[in-house]
Amino acid sequence: MPVEFRADLHIHTCLSPCAGLSMTPRAIVERAASLGINILAICDHNSAENAEVTKHLAKKKGINVVPGMEITSMEEVHILGLFGAVEDAEAMQTVVYENLQAGENDDERFGMQVVANEADEVVAFNRRLLIGATGLPVDRVVDLIHSFSGLAIASHIDREGFGIIGQLGFVPAGIEFDGLEISPRITMSDAAKTFSDYLHIPWVTSSDAHEIEDIGRRTTGLLMYHSTFDEIRLAMKGTGGRGIVP
Amino acid sequence: MKLVDLVDSLSLEVKTPGIDLKREVTGGYVSDLLSDVIGNAREGFLWVTLQVHLNIVAVASLKGLSGIVLVNNRTPDQETLKKAAEENVPILATTLPTFELVGRLYSLGLRCR
Repeated sequence: MPVEFRADLHIHTCLSPCAGLSMTPRAIVERAASLGINILAICDHNSAENAEVTKHLAKKKGINVVPGMEITSMEEVHILGLFGAVEDAEAMQTVVYENLQAGENDDERFGMQVVANEADEVVAFNRRLLIGATGLPVDRVVDLIHSFSGLAIASHIDREGFGIIGQLGFVPAGIEFDGLEISPRITMSDAAKTFSDYLHIPWVTSSDAHEIEDIGRRTTGLLMYHSTFDEIRLAMKGTGGRGIVP
Repeated sequence: MKLVDLVDSLSLEVKTPGIDLKREVTGGYVSDLLSDVIGNAREGFLWVTLQVHLNIVAVASLKGLSGIVLVNNRTPDQETLKKAAEENVPILATTLPTFELVGRLYSLGLRCR
């Protein structure tokens, strides 16, 4: 029998300019453990540089961390790429960096971009303009995520800014999203009414945490046999008794 | 051209009371993509947009824009206004759609160069 794992599939760390500096890998893992969350996806803006350290720390607490990234498309649509291995996330990151808007981060205005280690120490400041957009159109971002065996989820589709419907008017047909994410700003029942056109695509809901207290404010239940990335993929598809539960 | 004069001429609603509007507007830029504004707007420009997200303030501040005009009666959230006050970025609003507003700004002599 599959069992239910609680997953928060959209967490920012102190690497995201807009996230709090208290969002260190260690603090995130401790908070998630205290809340009984089983799976976390680390999805910083246009970077995955804090994913590996978080995965390592989480392993000791029995939490499965999915390395990911929240990629900004050319149209300023946010798309989550979730990957089965840190190497895949890093391969995606290489393409994202190659296509990221030129410029250097402004710590004062956008916030610091901290790459941290297991002891909460600053390893480096990422100087790239992570708040910026890539030159990659939405469909290309989704194809790239798939080319690195990842899952592509349209972020917070209920949000006007940076959500796919807000930016493009609707979810374009022909883009193979593996899932759509509903943010904590709207209840799932309201979302089901508002976005009834998109019920054929699997839905998840996540915290989009930028601060410690945000973690777990929304989670998705995944019915699976084990806590692995392949199982998450199958649960999203609803294969073999697996599935998504509220 | 001073921002305060544009506010008067076009009856723009001032969403950020307390911020000095006697600043020079050197031109105008219209875009709803923040990355585009980062890339192409110039110092002193007035930015016309329908985006109300917090990030508009950071972008305007980064580029040294003279202000932001929100069209179509769009309402910024409290966080955006708080940040605008901190960053000294005037936020104005109009019930006009972008096309109408920009036509009037152009007639008043504003250019994008």
